[in-house]
Amino acid sequence: MDAIFLQILNGLDKGGAYALIALGLTLVFGTLGVVNFAHGAIFMMGAFCAVTVEKILTLSMRVRDESVTFFEAYKETPYLEVWFGDTGKAIIDWSVPLSIILAIPVMLLIGIVMERSLIRYFYKRPHAEQILVTFGLAIVLQELVKSFFGANPLPQGAPDIVSGSAAIGAVFGLGEAVVYPWWRLIYLAFSLVTIGLVFSFLHFTTYGMVVRAGMADRETVELLGINIERRFTIVFGIAAVVAGLAGVMYTPVLPPDYHLGMDFLVLSFVVVVVGGMGSLPGAVLAGFLLGILQSFSSMTEVKDIFPGIDQIIIYLVAVVILLTRPRGLMGRRGVMES
Amino acid sequence: MSETKKTGIVTRRTILKGTAATTGAALIGGTFPMHFIKNAHAQTFRGDPGSASSVKLGFNVPQTGPYADEGADELRAYQLAVKHLNGEGDGGMINTIKPLQLKGNGILGKKVEFVTGDTQTKSDAARASAKRMIEKDNVAMITGGSSSGVAVAVQGLCQEMGVIFMAGLTHSNDTTGKDKKRYGFRHFFNAYMSGQAIAPVLKDEYGTERRAYHLTADYTWGWTQEESIKAATENIGWQTVNTVRTPVGAGDFSQYITPVLNSGADVLILNHYGKDMVNSLTQAVQFGLRDKMVNGKQFEIVVPLYSRLMAQGAGDAAKGILGTTNWHWSLQDEGSQAFVKSFGQEYGFPPSQAAHTCYVQALLYANACEMAGTFAPWEVIKQLEGFEFDGAGNGPTLYRAEDHQCFKDVLVVRGKQEPQSNFDLLEVVKQVPRAQVEYPADMFGGELGPYQV
Amino acid sequence: MTNTKIVSPKQDLIFMAILSVVVLTMPIWLQPFGAAYPDLMQKFMIFGIFAIGYNILFGLTGYLSFGHAAFLGVGSYTAVWSFKLLSMNVIPALIFGTALSGLFALAIGFVSLRRSGIYFSILTLAFAQMSYNLAYSVLTPITNGETGLQLTQGDARVLDRMAGIEADASLPTPNLFGIEGIGYSGFYICAALLLISFFIYLRIFRSPFGLKLRAIKSNQNRMGYTGFSTRPYLMTAFVISGMYAGLAGSLLAVTDPLAGAERMQWTASGEVVLITILGGVGTLIGPLLGAGIIKYFENIFSAFNETVLLNAFSFLPDWLAHPVAAVVGLFVGEGWHLTLGLVFMLIVIFLPGGIMEGISRLARLITNRNKAEPKSGAHENKEKEQASAGEV
Repeated sequence: MDAIFLQILNGLDKGGAYALIALGLTLVFGTLGVVNFAHGAIFMMGAFCAVTVEKILTLSMRVRDESVTFFEAYKETPYLEVWFGDTGKAIIDWSVPLSIILAIPVMLLIGIVMERSLIRYFYKRPHAEQILVTFGLAIVLQELVKSFFGANPLPQGAPDIVSGSAAIGAVFGLGEAVVYPWWRLIYLAFSLVTIGLVFSFLHFTTYGMVVRAGMADRETVELLGINIERRFTIVFGIAAVVAGLAGVMYTPVLPPDYHLGMDFLVLSFVVVVVGGMGSLPGAVLAGFLLGILQSFSSMTEVKDIFPGIDQIIIYLVAVVILLTRPRGLMGRRGVMES
Repeated sequence: MSETKKTGIVTRRTILKGTAATTGAALIGGTFPMHFIKNAHAQTFRGDPGSASSVKLGFNVPQTGPYADEGADELRAYQLAVKHLNGEGDGGMINTIKPLQLKGNGILGKKVEFVTGDTQTKSDAARASAKRMIEKDNVAMITGGSSSGVAVAVQGLCQEMGVIFMAGLTHSNDTTGKDKKRYGFRHFFNAYMSGQAIAPVLKDEYGTERRAYHLTADYTWGWTQEESIKAATENIGWQTVNTVRTPVGAGDFSQYITPVLNSGADVLILNHYGKDMVNSLTQAVQFGLRDKMVNGKQFEIVVPLYSRLMAQGAGDAAKGILGTTNWHWSLQDEGSQAFVKSFGQEYGFPPSQAAHTCYVQALLYANACEMAGTFAPWEVIKQLEGFEFDGAGNGPTLYRAEDHQCFKDVLVVRGKQEPQSNFDLLEVVKQVPRAQVEYPADMFGGELGPYQV
Repeated sequence: MTNTKIVSPKQDLIFMAILSVVVLTMPIWLQPFGAAYPDLMQKFMIFGIFAIGYNILFGLTGYLSFGHAAFLGVGSYTAVWSFKLLSMNVIPALIFGTALSGLFALAIGFVSLRRSGIYFSILTLAFAQMSYNLAYSVLTPITNGETGLQLTQGDARVLDRMAGIEADASLPTPNLFGIEGIGYSGFYICAALLLISFFIYLRIFRSPFGLKLRAIKSNQNRMGYTGFSTRPYLMTAFVISGMYAGLAGSLLAVTDPLAGAERMQWTASGEVVLITILGGVGTLIGPLLGAGIIKYFENIFSAFNETVLLNAFSFLPDWLAHPVAAVVGLFVGEGWHLTLGLVFMLIVIFLPGGIMEGISRLARLITNRNKAEPKSGAHENKEKEQASAGEV
């Protein structure tokens, strides 16, 4: 029972990450009709926003350690700590949440620049070309990150106060032994809130409603004298922000490296397609579904019956769903079909 | 073309007996360089520099993919080795390894040059890159790599091609066990040695009544390590609660970590390397495993194969974690100091264990050529087999003839609680003497194969 | 486009003859590019076969498979097993490798072709990834996992033993009745197979069957309305291209008897898509060019290091040579992926029809200058080409 409860939590947590990435991907696809293979790279860039902030905050006076003279071993005390003492220390401790402040404008800018300078020329081009050009872009972005930050993962700590575990078992009447890391709970809450915000934006604001109308029938909306293209640009920016924030918040769970985006790329596409191309609720649903199934399939009890099932579960589910539901869980007819 | 180059070979042991054979072979081969024709002449060999004034070595390291940083460090070490071999710089370990016949004038009087290639940490790409070095660049030796899969694959190729392979970082028992090759040599230690070295320390630190839970990367290296560590820990009285295989590159390991919490185990052993290890360790610590008390004992995590780069990736999570490593820059012996000094002066930071093993491998190969007086691989191999030396870190070392595995001291290390710098992440707990990690040569099976191919 | 023109069989024969000469003289004319060594030329041939096979599916029907690497892998594994169990002769290896990949393609195609568009792509991707993940882990007894399936001294080699061929001390090499699969002879084996495969591929392009496949690409519904059942045609195309991949995979094993699981990874499937698009989807020889360029990048560009660069720029004064080498170093050696990414982007942005479009544009530019044709005609042509260049 405890084990199952924990696996559900694991699944939700994973699902939260999948859903956030898939949400942006499907938003871009639904509005602009662009298959964006660089979306994983955007997620990775978000994570590196956190790395950059941490690097800036921990800038330090470099003191050569005289006991080791033949190479530059430094004893480093960050300026922030030198200048502000404990306050400085606390700021460094909170660098990941603080990165969000930087990540929002930066990712919005990256998204808009990307859309204006490249993606918009590909609206009318075949999907294969969109895939290729964005894939090329993804490689370029990740290689640039690699040449700045190296290939080794760069650890980012959660703030001390939430780096421990919550005795969540007591809340659900499962006993004291059932604990779960605070940060992962925060991540889950964060993903739910973000998903909620995106949906409210699209459903309850006029701006969002126009965007949705544009998704359904672009020409009519344009005929009404609305500059739908500009709105779509903003939507692309928002998708980048969502993926970027997902990346920032994920750094304490997964120390980021330059290849992070590619690791998530295939997976996020499977999530989007299982959910149904262009369907936002579908993407979210599929994200959580695949996360939970992935967790359960890795339990020893399950693996004893189906050896290696945790290696293939994602793809197996994708095949089964696509064969029983031709357009994914919630896909519309005529999207991405010849 | 290079036939003309070929006919000029005159070294101590290779004498072309008349030009008839050469001409015949050249006719068959048409316009093609002769060294591509296998066994064209009994005394010719691939990678022969002939009368050229320089000899080429092939450095095949991961430049893209997850081990790119390790690969970059290996390349730095090789470049340093080339400098030292050619008599530039301060000479590094050339001054400390004993016995050594290197004079700082290249190898056998030929200046050392090198070509590089990207293994991408994929056996296919690594073999393609090695083939290019052999077929196009005519290298005398290939070295490098950062995974056992690649090492075994390239070693197999080198055996077929008749070019010596000095393995880089490879830890699987198979490299010098089941898959050992006459043309392959490994200086790095292996999983069995890790188990033998760490078990007594685990016994001292955590006692004999422990229940271990293994998470193992689901591929050959992970399995051999799990097997070795399991055997070694069961030997000191530990029980093994469960062994769970995890997909390579799983990223999030939470679904494998939560079952550990209530399994009754009080030690978690992570048979992961590289990114998998960084992720699983970070997440295991995040799940509060190290704060737990189980069976009245403090819960512990062990990472049998450790490296400084990985400790760097895992950050705070690595503090206090025990593991083994081949070498560490803080060693105080003369050889290590000399190497760290010249590496540090050249690049501004200390070398990793991958850099160390690669540097030593390059020097050992060069020395074996000097000793043999030729680049002919079968002669060089005979010099390397059973070669005993000291002064390369890790104390007196033997290149065992039967399986081409180096035997030397193994380090048990622990993640430092209060690191003084970015590089000061591990402290050496114990330098386990060589005698303790030795094992019979036939323990892992395999056959070396012929001297001449 | 060349393939829509009516071409007489005689012209095809001339074309084949020219291609044969170009391919067989590769060891000579590739010298100046530093690519005239056996392994790379073998790779040109093998990935050429892989890519033209892929073009039969993607170029003609427009079905974008993201899982063709699985067939490549199956071909390799089968070939190595054939070496291990039956004989070091390449013929059984090639036959079994191709046939088994065909069967595998039949099974996967049967399921995947129930869907079209991106759903088809994801289904093929899912099957290939499952194959890769399993081959890397649980199927290790068959595939030898991470290390890759290799030959050993003690392999059965039943047919060889029956024929009285015993391996001597060194490992046997795959051979075609004594002609070795490695080195230059290996290249000629690959080249011969490429030419045969290309001829079949050419016939498929010109056949009524090829025309029907193109019709599926341009409008599958209309095909349906005219009473055609498109599934059998798609199935056939899928299986044929799977067999081409299997043949390429077996040849990989022939030239280098090791089969690694990475051959089935999604990046490998992606590679053949990139090769095809880079060269020119649906064009006859585009995929061959694409294969050449990508493999050249992977093997030659990745090998440039600082020393090589400094040598190359040694004509510059010292203070300039170092910074120039440093900047160029970003794009070669360990940065070769960056160049690859940039090349993809540039090609797709400016030459959506791939290199073949570049060539035909260049050709038009020259003929236009000679004949001073009105420019509008060329423009129209270009748009038509763009429209048919790479639809999903």
